[in-house]
Amino acid sequence: MAESSVELRDVSKRHGDTLAVDRVSLVIRRGEFFAILGPSGSGKTTILRMLAGFESPDAGDILIDGRSVRGVPPNRRSVNLVFQTYALFPHLTVAGNIAFGLEMRRVPAAEIAARVAEALDMVRLQGKQDRLPAQLSGGEQQRVALARALVNRPAVLLLDEPLGALDQQLRMDMQVELKTIQERVGLTFICVTHHQEEALTMSDRVAVMRQGRLLQVGSPRDIYEAPQSAFVANFIGRSNSLTGRIETVNGLRCTLRAADLPAAALVAATCPAGAGIGSPATLMLRPERLHLSADVQVDGYDNMLPARVCKAIYNGSETQYLLALSDRLSWQVLVPNVGNGQKRFQPGESVFLRWRADDAVVMPE
Amino acid sequence: MNLEVLSPDRRVSVRAVLVPRRPGLLLLPALVWLGLFFFVPLALMLAISFAWRGTYGGVEWTLSLANYVNVLDPLYLKVFLRSVLLAAVTTAVCLVLGFPIAYYIARLPARRQGIWLLLVMIPFWTNFLVRTYAWIFILRTEGLVNTVLISLGLIGSPIDVLYTETAIVIGLVYGYLPFMILPLYAAVERLPPSLVEAAWDLYASRWAVLRRVIVPLTKPGLVAGCILVFIPSLGAFMTPDLMGGARTMMIGNLIQHEFLVARDWPFGSAISLVLMALVLLGLAIYLRVEGAGKRPATEWMSR
Repeated sequence: MAESSVELRDVSKRHGDTLAVDRVSLVIRRGEFFAILGPSGSGKTTILRMLAGFESPDAGDILIDGRSVRGVPPNRRSVNLVFQTYALFPHLTVAGNIAFGLEMRRVPAAEIAARVAEALDMVRLQGKQDRLPAQLSGGEQQRVALARALVNRPAVLLLDEPLGALDQQLRMDMQVELKTIQERVGLTFICVTHHQEEALTMSDRVAVMRQGRLLQVGSPRDIYEAPQSAFVANFIGRSNSLTGRIETVNGLRCTLRAADLPAAALVAATCPAGAGIGSPATLMLRPERLHLSADVQVDGYDNMLPARVCKAIYNGSETQYLLALSDRLSWQVLVPNVGNGQKRFQPGESVFLRWRADDAVVMPE
Repeated sequence: MNLEVLSPDRRVSVRAVLVPRRPGLLLLPALVWLGLFFFVPLALMLAISFAWRGTYGGVEWTLSLANYVNVLDPLYLKVFLRSVLLAAVTTAVCLVLGFPIAYYIARLPARRQGIWLLLVMIPFWTNFLVRTYAWIFILRTEGLVNTVLISLGLIGSPIDVLYTETAIVIGLVYGYLPFMILPLYAAVERLPPSLVEAAWDLYASRWAVLRRVIVPLTKPGLVAGCILVFIPSLGAFMTPDLMGGARTMMIGNLIQHEFLVARDWPFGSAISLVLMALVLLGLAIYLRVEGAGKRPATEWMSR
């Protein structure tokens, strides 16, 4: 059996005047939970619809289980889609909805009954098989949609913004549940979402898209901690940025002179590959990697900059500080709320920001 | 989209503004109209249907079932049967022609749907009689169809389609097709395209998508369209009169003949009421069957 479950080879798709998908190549491994993340209009949904067979690529090829699916209609693909709007059949019961795909494939009645029961069990909807979709809550409808696809044991399960219509609490519960179910059934899941938290929590690997192009593919950790572009750094989580020129290079380390900081300030950072003295670069720094103190302290941190607190926002588990580093530069810092004796900073207070050089990512322009 | 969910307040205010304190009064104008011009004549017809035809065409008031017994005469039963058959064929043809059109229009972008719906309704702007005569000119022996087919060498001698049952069906389909398209369009327009995609994704062939998803979910429109075509087709008299010639009589022609030519009002009334009873009976049977099968168990569940 082929190692790859889904392979996109140089796939392009045009919608009217816009290039919805622009030469995307991608290999998704068997049994992987893969997320395609991007803002609306990034082409992620078009990729999903091409995998399902509702649209076909203008150029390039798509392989599922090692075979090209060019010209294969959706009903002949071992791929099932969980629709964003669920698209449950309103005239069929929960059991009728789940059994639909099996009936279409003429699975024997006894086996259908067993598999429907098993699927109901998996999404924890036992006892609701005779309800109509309109009699279910949003979360329950979501589970039916999932069961309706899972019951067919497809080679690939596609999820289109699967948790988009759920409220926050349910969304977090379902993230964990979806991941658990995926690990249990061992199927390849491909999930399209614009919600970065969803992508990070559930997936083994994430692809970030923008304007039809694939920007970066990697594990959630890679994507979050080693973004390869400013867009990825800002789209996944929050990020502080600093632009400047490389002043000195010393092996893996370099120093950066920032345009928006006082002339004396030099920032130590990891040197990006191929960067030389004088080349422009952008430094990205996560708000939770920054440390705040009231006084000057030099205890193993490579960098320290003075700043002024503009705003302190209490978020429950953490406090978010907005800081001004200069007239033109403001950063944010997240400080976990860990104990009662913790120092709280007030707007207007002067503070010192510290961070380690390898906590920042430097990208050449 | 459910408006009540989106804006509960709005619903309350609409209620307060639009519903008068005594909503029953809204029905009054229509009730008076229907009462005077529908129920009273209907009651008169019922009374007359039990009477006798006078020697010179008047009504001789008696209480007799003779007119209803007369309806059972094989001669008239044949007319009933032919009418039902022609109306059924008309309905079937309208459904087959109308469904794809309705589906096509309902899936167009919203701003282009209006043009198409207008095109469907444009024939209504011309008098029905004129349009029927136009069909006669198209279908007659030396008409458009035969002239073209002969000049193309496709046929040697003209096809005699005018003044046959086929001509009646052509005329009826032409006249009533919009009544099929409009309710079907409304039903398909409400069907979310994602449901069709979902069925397709779940291994349903195009035929299975139609049978298992589209038809059940557009059923109200299908039924409305069929009723709107079948009932007027059953009672039609102008189309069969003009396009069917003297040989093929439908119930409408029979009723017209009894009232206007034979001047036998009692018998004409009896036929009209039997026709009406048949239609109502048909609808009642449909509703009963439909009601019983409301929650059909899927095949595998019944085992």
